[in-house]
Formats: sequence, C-alpha cells, structure tokens
Amino acid sequence: MEAINNLVSGGVVEDVLFYVFAALTLLCAVLVVANPFSRNPVTSAMFLVLTIISMSGLFLLLHAFFLAAVQILVYAGAVIVLFIFVIMLLDLKEEQRRKIKFFGLAAGLVSVGIVVSIFVKSLASIKPTAAEPTLEGETYALGKLLFTQYTLPFEIVSVLLLVAMVGVILLSKKKLE
Amino acid sequence: MQGLVAYSVLAERKISAWIQDRVGPNRTAPPFMKFIPGGQFLTRLGIFQPLADGLKFMFKEDFTPAGVKKIYFFLAPAVSVIPAMLTVAVIPFGSNIGAQKMVIADLNVGILYTFGIVSMGVYGIVLAGYAANSKYPMFGGIRSSAQMISYEISMGMSVIPVLLIVGNLNLGQIISWQSTHGWMVVYAPISFIIFMVASFAETNRTPFDLPEAETELVGGYHTEYGSMKFALFFLAEYSNMVSSSAMMVTLFFGGWTLPFWGLDHAATSLGMGIAQIFVFLAKMLFFMVVFIWVRWMFPRFRYDQLMDLGWRRFLPLALVNILITAVWLWLRS
Repeated sequence: MEAINNLVSGGVVEDVLFYVFAALTLLCAVLVVANPFSRNPVTSAMFLVLTIISMSGLFLLLHAFFLAAVQILVYAGAVIVLFIFVIMLLDLKEEQRRKIKFFGLAAGLVSVGIVVSIFVKSLASIKPTAAEPTLEGETYALGKLLFTQYTLPFEIVSVLLLVAMVGVILLSKKKLE
Repeated sequence: MQGLVAYSVLAERKISAWIQDRVGPNRTAPPFMKFIPGGQFLTRLGIFQPLADGLKFMFKEDFTPAGVKKIYFFLAPAVSVIPAMLTVAVIPFGSNIGAQKMVIADLNVGILYTFGIVSMGVYGIVLAGYAANSKYPMFGGIRSSAQMISYEISMGMSVIPVLLIVGNLNLGQIISWQSTHGWMVVYAPISFIIFMVASFAETNRTPFDLPEAETELVGGYHTEYGSMKFALFFLAEYSNMVSSSAMMVTLFFGGWTLPFWGLDHAATSLGMGIAQIFVFLAKMLFFMVVFIWVRWMFPRFRYDQLMDLGWRRFLPLALVNILITAVWLWLRS
C-alpha cells in the first residue's frame, strides 16, 4: 500500500498515464486515416472518437477538467455523431473501393510537414523555466479570460461559425426568391 | 445500481399492469417458498421475477445473425451500457457518513461530465443500427442519433439558468445552494420542464421512443439482438432512466435535502447520513414512477412532430429562458 502511495505522490502514475494516453491518441489518429484492416468510413469515425477520448484524458492529466469535459461533449458527443449520421445516410460503398490518389497523398504529406514544422518551432521556443500554468478547471476563470483578454479571437471564431451557417442555409435552399 | 435497474423493470411491469387493470408478474418463486411465512406474499409481489428474467437472459443462446457486421455487433451493447453506468459517478446521493462524502467523484465540472458521458450513449444505438445491416435497425439508429442530438441541445441549454443562479458547476455545490435558498424548481420552472421532456427523449422512452417504435420499425435498433446482448440494451435504457431521475432530483429538487427535520444540512451523525441517502432514493424513485407512468399513459409522437418540438419550440424557449434569468440576476445584483 505504501509503495502505491509513493508511486502516486511521485507522479509516476501520471507519467505512465501520459504515455498511455499519448500513444493511444497517436495510434487511433493514424488508424482514422490509414487503417490497414478496413476502409470503412464508420470505422474511421469510431477511431476518431477514441482519439478524442484519449486526448481528453491528456487534458485531465493537465488538470484541465473543463476542457476535457467539453472536448468529449462537443466533439465525441455531437460532431462525430453527426459525421456518422451523414455516413449512414450516404452510400459509401464507392468510398471503400477508392484507391489513394497521388495528388491527395502529396497534398496531405505537405500539410503534415507544415504542421510538424510549426509544432517543432513552438516547442523550441518554450522556456522550461516558466511557471506551471494554472489551468485548474475553474470555469469562472476560463469564462473571465474568454470575455476580457481574448474577446477578439472569441468573436472572430463566432463569426466564422456564423459564416458557415449562412453558407449551409444558402446551399440547402433550392431556389432564391 | 444493477439491482435498482432490475427492480425498476419489475416496477414497470407492475405499474403497467395496474394502469391496464391486470395483475402483473405474480407466479415466479424459488422452490418451497410457500412453506416460508410471508413467502407467498413476496411471490405475489413478483419479487423473484427479475432474478428469473436475468437467469433467462444469461442462459439463452447467444445468436449472431448472418450478415451482421461482427465487430460492431458485439461492441454496440457494451458501448451503450458503459456510459449509462458511468453517469451516476458524479451524483451526490447523500451528504456524508463520518468523514466520507457520499459521492463517488466530486468533480468541479460535475454537470458537464454528466452531459459528456450521456452524449456518448448514442453511439451504442447508432452502432447497433449500423451493425445489424438491415433496414429497420438502420432507421432506428438514424432516428435515435437525430433525436438525441436535437434534445441534448435543449437539455444543455435548459440547465444553464440553474448554473447561472448557483454560479457553480459542482453538483454538491448546487445542492448546498438549494438547501439554503429552497428548491431550484421554484426558481427555474421552465428549465425543469424542458429538462424533464428532454430526458424522456434522451432515454428513448415513450412518448419519444421512435427509435424502437414497434408498429413501424419492428424492434428498432435492437431488432437483430437476442439474449444477454439484448438485455444489455434494456439495462442501458433503465440505467439511463435511473441517472436522469437522479439528475432531476439533484438539479431541481434539492438532492438529499429535505427542508424539515434538520435534513437540510450536511449530516453530523451516522443516522442522519443514512436518512439522507434514503431521502435521495425516495425522491429518485418518485421520478422513476413518473417515467413509467408517462410511458403507459401517453401515445407516441410522430417523427416530424418530435423534431419540430425539439428545434422550433424547446430550443428558442430555452434560449429565452437563459436571457430572462440573466437579466433577472443582473437587475438583482
């Protein structure tokens, strides 16, 4: 019992959990796009759910409870259900037979390269001396920050969503009167 | 929890029998029960029926129809049962016994956790519909995913006034606020109505049980399922019922508190602690009975009516409710 307590207080468990969740996230994310066993879109969507759940596990380890809960609620609970909903309504037999095209592969690799270079750069610029961020799930603090310091980005994101909504309404309307 | 589920099935059968002027299960008994004093009475109440049902499900042949998608077919019952069981973890079912708090996980985002987990439950149904690889389950699955997403939004919006009034996401804090100010249902009645109707829709109970409407969809998403796998779907439905009753009690009816007999603050003695757990259970059972009663009293909605109600009535109502509550709080402060 004492050994277990030592392990927990020493943060070993957290470290192990971090590696478990990180590995799960990466593994599932790869399986979303490149599953060697099945090219079924529903399988991909389900792996996306697993990716999101393990990512929220990572948030939990950072004590960002709010983020973790919202991650599951919004992405796993709503967005991917909609994905599956659409997948089930469409006939995707064709999708399963489709070969990977060269152009798609190249474009994907280039964008992955760009994202990785951004990550490497931002990782290199972090100073490890900085104080540990206090993300402790206080929703109050998060809301306050969103509406004071980060109001502009917040509003821009809202406008982006509005634009998407207007676009959908325009597309789904058969004829403009 | 499991026991509660089993006996809520019995309660359902007994209440439905009572509403329809029948007797309900009154025969099942282990051997020699009639020689034990009171045994006959227990048998007539149907106390042993859930045991027999459970055994039957366990020993039935586990049949996998040809043409199903195997992996999802096995996964779906598990995926629907796990979230249903996880939801109760954050619900405080009593104040404390000794130094031990009567809540499994005292999270400071308690209510968001519940919504997150509940929203995962839809995968079980969708996957079941998809795995069965036939028409009716597919329709059941699609209907349920549309229905659950629509009503989840109204449900989430309906609790925001509660959170605005209390100013905290922790369910324990919500209860202690109610113990000093009175039950939340007085402050946010519209929230309660929307929450209750939405939880009927979320648990796929009549009048919103379109995913399994037997007159048009055979059995809906679980048409192809049998034996224990079917029982798991059943279990998930009833445990969702248990947890949404528990949520209603916690959010709107003061949780484990009662405004008299000194039950309104955290317990100091062992007896009080246990009494508060019973108070919570009693309130919860009341809502379970309401769930069952509604099922046997009201006919089913039509699908377009259901969607219309969710999107065009409840969502605007919930948004206006948030606005009114916010303005009211702002004027008071």
